[in-house]
Amino acid sequence: MNNTDFYDLIYTVPLSELRERYPVAQDFFENLNIPPLDESQPLPDALMDVDAQWLDEFGITRQEIADQLASFLGTMTESEPARSIGCLTIIGGTDKNGAPEDITLDILPGSVVSIVGPTGSGKSRLLADIECLAQGDTPTARRVLIDGAAVPEDERFTLEGKLVAQLSQNMNFVMDLSVMEFLEMHARSRSIETDETVLRECFECANSLAGESFGSDTKVTQLSGGQSRALMIADCAFISQSPIVLIDEIENAGVDRRAAVAILAKREKIVLISTHDPLLALGADRRIVIKNGGIFRVIETSPREREAAAEFERIDRQLSDARAKLRSGERLE
Amino acid sequence: MKLITVAGPPSSGKTSVILRLAESLGGKLGVVKFDCLTSFDKARYDAANVPVQVGFSGKFCPDHFFVNNVEGGVLWGLRRDLDYLVTESAGLCNRCSPHISGVLSVCVIDCLSGVHTPRKIGPMLKFADVVVVTKGDIVSQAEREVFSWSVKQANGDAKILFVNGITGQGAFMLGKVAESAHTITTLTDTRLRFTTPAAACAYCTGETRIGEGYQMGMMRHIEYDI
Ligand SMILES: Nc1ncnc2c1ncn2[C@@H]1O[C@H](COP(=O)(O)OP(=O)(O)O)[C@@H](O)[C@H]1O
Ligand SMILES: [Mg+2]
Repeated sequence: MNNTDFYDLIYTVPLSELRERYPVAQDFFENLNIPPLDESQPLPDALMDVDAQWLDEFGITRQEIADQLASFLGTMTESEPARSIGCLTIIGGTDKNGAPEDITLDILPGSVVSIVGPTGSGKSRLLADIECLAQGDTPTARRVLIDGAAVPEDERFTLEGKLVAQLSQNMNFVMDLSVMEFLEMHARSRSIETDETVLRECFECANSLAGESFGSDTKVTQLSGGQSRALMIADCAFISQSPIVLIDEIENAGVDRRAAVAILAKREKIVLISTHDPLLALGADRRIVIKNGGIFRVIETSPREREAAAEFERIDRQLSDARAKLRSGERLE
Repeated sequence: MKLITVAGPPSSGKTSVILRLAESLGGKLGVVKFDCLTSFDKARYDAANVPVQVGFSGKFCPDHFFVNNVEGGVLWGLRRDLDYLVTESAGLCNRCSPHISGVLSVCVIDCLSGVHTPRKIGPMLKFADVVVVTKGDIVSQAEREVFSWSVKQANGDAKILFVNGITGQGAFMLGKVAESAHTITTLTDTRLRFTTPAAACAYCTGETRIGEGYQMGMMRHIEYDI
């Protein structure tokens, strides 16, 4: 359906039927704060009863209302096809001294790349370059390609948010909704059919990642840091359609970070994660080492390192078991 | 000189966004700040070496005040040899919309202000070319997406940009849009995108007493039920 189709519909079917077919139309009339209309007629006819003074005050004509509704329905019912991408390419620019990075890095769906380096070295900058699909026009002069090509200028704007999902330590929930209401709302905004099973799956995934479990009727604002992070990750995996996920330093306890990254990768996301955590750094297929603003090296995780990571994980689990025991008043004996 | 009108509710981050925009643009940017009674923004622009003029509408309707003074602002910008002139106004009554046809118009809103806020803001958002969302860095991705959707409900044609007023992330994209703004030499004979509120009553001219006997001119009454 395009705007013209909606236009035709608006002119031919009774308002009640239009509303029934497109419940989102309710929002349009609420936005406009229009007086109640005769629903048995098509909108343009029903509008004939509206006071001219009302129209005048709202600075709108009858024709414009019909036009705007058509374009509103066009925008709101546009289901964004889940955009899948085959390859993300980072073409090196320059470091903080202007020395060339001399690197081209391809990242495929389902793979995880970690980014390591001292604070202030430029890890977040690299993530920002990917987020804005840099075209040699950021301080690093890097270029980011999607499926081997630069994204056209105008698309860079409209793609924002649809291609890249971001997650960081200082993000919180602010909406006054329960976990389930929240997931429903997000799914609705993504024009995804609110499929109960997907929402449940997402909720259960979040719970499996969180150190402490939570109910679906808990308010999102009442979740702990770990629980929030777990829900954000599960949401990224199940509801957000963005094929690229950028994670900037989620180092706190209370969420199984390794499992979280694994779930994202399994959902065929491209995951980049800036971290100081050895477990996360080694859990990736490759790690980018940043020095002085530039990509210094890209290191493939070796079998030996994977072994070491497994050992660290054992220690990590021991620690969290101990934490759990101490919390519940047990002795560590 | 390119002109950009920036509007948004108080404390939504307009000044921070404009300052970040100034940094990300190559050319010289100046600001005309339209305010009501007080403004604390001049110091911030001064500190950043951004030329600024502040106009207080005082007892006049801020929107009418804007229209009566924006042309003068353009002349000031031209005299100052600016590459970019930005007008900043706080949409105080949510009915204002200092947006002009053919002039790049930006609405700044704060995504902590509630998910339905974009639908409540009215013409200054509805008629904007670009909606800049601030403070997105501290809410979840999901909420950013829901917020974008809510903006789209109110204005399906606008570009939506998330700008972090503190780190400047996203300002770069806004800069790209600013570069595409039309070059203007005058505003004479251009048109507002939306009518300004009508106001010509006794209270416009200084009346302070309450009572039917004092009400004169154009007015409107609520029809209270029983
Ligand atoms: N290649 C580069 N050229 C110029 N400036 C850079 C470069 N890389 C990083 N920077 C700047 O260095 C600062 C610190 O980088 P940041 O990404 O915040 O570091 P980190 O996340 O590693 O702590 C930022 O202001 C960033 O824009
Ligand atoms: Mg950082």
